Amino acid sequence: MAEYTSPDFLLLDDTQLSQEERLVRDSVREWVSKEFMPHIQEHIRQDGSFPMGLVPQIAELGMFGANLQGYGCAGMNNVAYGLLMQELERGDSGLRSFASVQGSLCMYPIYTYGSDEQKERWLPEMAAGRVIGCFGLTEPDFGSFVSGMATRAEKKRDTWVINGVKRWITNGSLAQLAIVWANTEEGVKGFLVETDRPGFEARDIKGKFSLRASVTSELYLEDVEVPANSELPGATGLSGPLGCLTQARYGIAWGATGAGMACYDEVVQYTRDRVVQGGPLAGKQLTQQKLAWMLTEITKAQLLALQVGRLKDAGKLHHAMVSMIKRNNVDVALQIAREARDLLGANGIVDDYQSMRHMMNLETVRTYEGTHDIHTLILGEHITGLRAL
Amino acid sequence: MKVMVCLKQVPHQDARLDVAADGSWIQEDNIKFEINSYDTYALEEALRAKDAGEAEVVVVSIGPDRVTQALRTALGMGADRAVHVKDPEADASDSLGKAKILAAIAKQEEPDVIYCGLMADDGNFSAIPPMLAELAGMPSATGVISSEASDTSITVRRELEGGCREVVELPRPCLLAIQTGANQVRYASLKGIMQAKKKPVDVKTAADLGVGEQVGAGAAKVKINKIYIPPKSDQAELLEGSTDEIVTQLVGKIRELGVL
Repeated sequence: MAEYTSPDFLLLDDTQLSQEERLVRDSVREWVSKEFMPHIQEHIRQDGSFPMGLVPQIAELGMFGANLQGYGCAGMNNVAYGLLMQELERGDSGLRSFASVQGSLCMYPIYTYGSDEQKERWLPEMAAGRVIGCFGLTEPDFGSFVSGMATRAEKKRDTWVINGVKRWITNGSLAQLAIVWANTEEGVKGFLVETDRPGFEARDIKGKFSLRASVTSELYLEDVEVPANSELPGATGLSGPLGCLTQARYGIAWGATGAGMACYDEVVQYTRDRVVQGGPLAGKQLTQQKLAWMLTEITKAQLLALQVGRLKDAGKLHHAMVSMIKRNNVDVALQIAREARDLLGANGIVDDYQSMRHMMNLETVRTYEGTHDIHTLILGEHITGLRAL
Repeated sequence: MKVMVCLKQVPHQDARLDVAADGSWIQEDNIKFEINSYDTYALEEALRAKDAGEAEVVVVSIGPDRVTQALRTALGMGADRAVHVKDPEADASDSLGKAKILAAIAKQEEPDVIYCGLMADDGNFSAIPPMLAELAGMPSATGVISSEASDTSITVRRELEGGCREVVELPRPCLLAIQTGANQVRYASLKGIMQAKKKPVDVKTAADLGVGEQVGAGAAKVKINKIYIPPKSDQAELLEGSTDEIVTQLVGKIRELGVL
């Protein structure tokens, strides 16, 4: 695989990023190229597997919960965190998903809604990669409409008893700790459930065309008993899980941009080298039209993500802004991956090339963490004040 | 123990290089730079000495503003502080001039060990490590692939031709020029990069170091006359035909050369 060159058409590197942000980006980029990329083909040829041997390195570099302060976390700003996500997903959406789930969906709720005791107990272990988390929100019969949640938790003296099934759970069978969201008499609450508790079982979902270098599971909870202090005290109602999702979606908007950048770089190199009818494929008008469109969309996606990151750091973030960048950046990345695959011709369907892998991954990314259409409706409601049916 | 690491920032290995219009050097606009690969192994060797016990690691570089990126990376990897010689005259020096600048820093810092890369990916002179050792009055070893410090000396393994190894002992202070592949170089961790913000970088000129008169383009004895890309030879012969025909022709050519 050729060395990766990232598109930076509007010179954001020199004009918009701090030295520290560039160092973070460069360090992660080098790690992904040298340590992750050599393993990706082997893992996508298996049906749902993650290179777990890399977890200690990922932790050592500080990539878990990198924008949280204290507890062994790197304490980076949100632009540096975004660049981290961009570089991980340049490698593979499965790699970025692993870090997103650990950081934004598991460490973030403990950090934001957890008690001091919960933070002290779990966050340093999770930052060090010794405890892997999973986030149990979606179920077999509901995805986007969180209010349809069937999983229930009942208080019995000093314990909570949880029953239900969660589906589409990244890292479900790899996790030592599950953040399980369940309906209670007081509304939706989050629980910290150790996965070795009696009644807890994780089964992997096989046959995925997408995110093959990632483990996706179903969680079965049958009378799983957890102590009363397993409840996340700061989260009651849907704002708890939705707050986590805003964090993760922010990272996804950056990550998808990274996947689009990887496809663009691959196809620029390929079309320069590929000779068609006596000249490089890159010299054909139809190719150039596609490349020009790709670079323009990548540049727009980079600007959107960067501006929302700056707003997030300034405390001026609105969740509808995150909906806009998740919706737009994933959508254009998917279109770029499709166009790139097309330009690669027959070569594009084998896993020596990466655009089709990104294309298949991005189908998942378009669907999870609020589908494309759900984010359309969130924006629609923000514009009109009316919740559409 | 205090160790000093000399770092050079060089064009990125994948940068597309063009010769500058005046032919004196390559065009440096719009290319990326990185730490010289040999120097990354030297830095890692120094950081391992730090990991093994109490050691302060001081990284030193000569070059323009962009060099701060290399120094901050080194601080992010675990070095404690940096000295940046930012001075156009220092940049214009030949190897001896740069060795004099580094020797002046060594005189101030009084390190127990100086770690250098064996050579620079761009200049390829391999000159500064032995020059610096001589100017600093230190014994030195080149081609080092591992080092182990005791209270008074350092034992190193050196790589020789033909797969041989040599074990050498040097008294401290001394200078070691490290070979590539000597170790597994660590990445700058995100936490390390955040902490690097607070680590000091001293910016100095050759004059600050008391060697202003001895360095610079005027004092340089080795001058680059021109940089050029050799013209392409047209002596290559392309073999044509089916794969089998090409293989047959190729074997014939190899036989003609008497290799088979």
